[in-house]
Amino acid sequence: MKTLPAVDAVVIGGGWAGLLMAKELGSRTPLTILVLERGIPRKSSDYADTMDELEYAIRLRMMQDLSQETVTLRHNSAQRALPLRQHGSFQPGAGVGGSGEHWNALCPRFLPDVFELFSSTTKKYGQKSLPEDHSIRDWGVTYGELEPFYTRVEKLLGVSGKAGNLNGRKIEGGNIFEGPRSEEYPTPPTKVSYLSSLFHDAAKSLGYHPYPSPSATISQSYTNPDGIARGGCTYCGFCARFGCMIGAKAQPTNVLLPVIQKHNNVAIRTGAWVRRIQFDSPPKPQARGVTYVDATGEEVFQPASIVFLASWTFNNTRLLLLSGIGDPYNPTTSLGTVGRNFTHQLSIPAANAFFEKPMNRFMGSGSSGFLLADFDGDVFDRGSLPFLRGGCFAVRAYGFQPIGNFGVLPRSVKSRWGSEWKKAAIYYYDRTSAISFTGEHLAYKGNYVDLDPVYKDKLGDPLLRLTLDWRDNERKMAEFAAARALELARAMGAREIDAFSGLGPYDSTRYQTTHVQGGTIMGAEPEHSVVNPYLQHWQLPNLFVLGGSTFPQNSSMNPTPTILALTLRTADAIVNRYLKNPGPVA
Amino acid sequence: MRRRHFLTLSATTLGGVLVYTLDRKATLLASQQKPLRLPLRFFTETEALIVVAAASRIFPTDESGPGAKEAGVAIYIDRQLAGSYGHDRFRYTQPPFEDAPTQFGYQGQATPRQIYREGLKGLKHFHLLPFAEQDKALQEIESSAFFSLLRQNTIEGMFCDPMHGGNAGMVGWQLVGFPGPRMSNYDDVDKYYGEAFRPPPSTLAQVTGRKLRPSEDEP
Repeated sequence: MKTLPAVDAVVIGGGWAGLLMAKELGSRTPLTILVLERGIPRKSSDYADTMDELEYAIRLRMMQDLSQETVTLRHNSAQRALPLRQHGSFQPGAGVGGSGEHWNALCPRFLPDVFELFSSTTKKYGQKSLPEDHSIRDWGVTYGELEPFYTRVEKLLGVSGKAGNLNGRKIEGGNIFEGPRSEEYPTPPTKVSYLSSLFHDAAKSLGYHPYPSPSATISQSYTNPDGIARGGCTYCGFCARFGCMIGAKAQPTNVLLPVIQKHNNVAIRTGAWVRRIQFDSPPKPQARGVTYVDATGEEVFQPASIVFLASWTFNNTRLLLLSGIGDPYNPTTSLGTVGRNFTHQLSIPAANAFFEKPMNRFMGSGSSGFLLADFDGDVFDRGSLPFLRGGCFAVRAYGFQPIGNFGVLPRSVKSRWGSEWKKAAIYYYDRTSAISFTGEHLAYKGNYVDLDPVYKDKLGDPLLRLTLDWRDNERKMAEFAAARALELARAMGAREIDAFSGLGPYDSTRYQTTHVQGGTIMGAEPEHSVVNPYLQHWQLPNLFVLGGSTFPQNSSMNPTPTILALTLRTADAIVNRYLKNPGPVA
Repeated sequence: MRRRHFLTLSATTLGGVLVYTLDRKATLLASQQKPLRLPLRFFTETEALIVVAAASRIFPTDESGPGAKEAGVAIYIDRQLAGSYGHDRFRYTQPPFEDAPTQFGYQGQATPRQIYREGLKGLKHFHLLPFAEQDKALQEIESSAFFSLLRQNTIEGMFCDPMHGGNAGMVGWQLVGFPGPRMSNYDDVDKYYGEAFRPPPSTLAQVTGRKLRPSEDEP
């Protein structure tokens, strides 16, 4: 195998986390940095003529090519897993920028107690309150420690929003339940569509505290601290599953790539499919570099002094397992760490509401509108509710397009084709909205990932196998959410409302969110986590794992700002401490 | 080499090319035009006629507006099946194939091309039947993979950008008041509360001023 010239740092994966690390180290240090991205090159000008629903939102052209690699799924360890042969409940991106190109750009922070979920819950409700097979963990980092990094992330992306807690002072109109923030959002909230206004007014009438959703698709022109200028959103509605035509949506290709390209110590190599991380065992355990198959099909060894694993949730875990780094998690004994605490997110249309008046839903943006956090985390009086934690409601005019949204009908309409169906579907096309709910997903011993014994990727390496199903906590939370959504829809003046009919087995065919977390979790003790609170591998101190795979369990909110804040914190620890004295930073 | 097949579009097969104005008034534009002979990429002529007929029962032409015939749904499906979608270019197709509950998604080996070719064999002479018998034949296959594909592809062909061969004359978009890609709704997004705002539709090629080549046309 050919050995390439060594670099100081190799980054596996050119998405948000990998490119942010490359930008930080590339602009703050003289290190030579090589980003290996297995997908295609992308740049922000690629999106000038991609407003094509069929190609992007239906055929999912920005997502990973599943003919090359997918994951397998089973509901419990007694079952045989089957491959997810087409995209469904989550949609990982491919190419430079990764999922950060096609995201919806909702940019909220996590609640403070999310980071200390085990301690805060047991302190308040006792150990007995936790589900029997839970594996809930603290993160080893607190909201207070992360706050300055959240602020930097918001400035980097120019996030639009309104503070609800400025240094402890609660502000009406913002999210009064959020943790204290040190600064106001860099740009004001986005415009309010008719649908959003209905939701806002209904929530207020019920005594709740709706707030403008924090949006990395920005409301007005903004120049970030790196000097990157972007224009404001025009509400064309082609956001999720698309790249932004005008760069109003923050994407790795428009906020990170232009900075990276100014530094000739950083290179991005596309078509580079990393298969293994090579490492030395004790007495001097360390990563030596990576082997990858390049764009011509040749397998090569790329030596590096530091390895960043930033390839999205699935492959972060899969590459550690394939490389034999760390002990695979064993769900029976709870020993081993790689693959544990795998979580998705409870994301449901808590109610479908049907209205008399048209909504003009083709206008909007993926992240404009209002959120409702009155039932999030543990901010509400839960009385004797039979579940832990909670989630957020949202109604958003995110730019509805007709292929994906034609045919959402009240249950009273029975037909699914023919004249009656067509007539009803045309009538309701612009007169409906989901009251959506996203809730926390707790970590359980029986939800985990490992290598599939049967199915392989295009190179013959085992696929990642998900063992995943909902538990009572999620089912009861979904019931609760459906009841609240019914009240919200009524207050919005809906003429007909269908509440969510209940959570069945985990369904890989219904798109939920692309917020899939865990597998290489962070934590304060090496017995229960793969990386330390600085995302540094416990056994190989020159290996850092970046991304949602490090979350011990999922919050109710969108993960990107937290992924970026953790990455910035790691970058600071590397620049300020690790490079001076390579070794464990925690 | 397969024999070349054509779908002949005429006033009699299509009921005329209807263009619907914004207030949904039907205007028959082209009934006097010469028949159009479109080369087919995947279907045989008979298969195409069956797809035209079946898609028209799923999305009929009726008093609520134009349907699959006017939108050119069969042309759209023919092109999709000839392209990467029809060949399952982006689907994981490694064995073993196993039966599974619906939560695991489609687990079959057959590509959309194969599903159509098989499924259409079960609809012999469909296009020659009266509507009531056509509906009965479709009801019988309602739970099949073929029917759900046909239904989904019919909706796609009604509402896709016209460059893909469906939504001809943007008739689908006009049915639901979708204006197509619109570079800016900045001045409109926070107006028209409770009233329909229906700007005239434009295709992606019109909006961008570029000649666009859909992926199914790539070699």
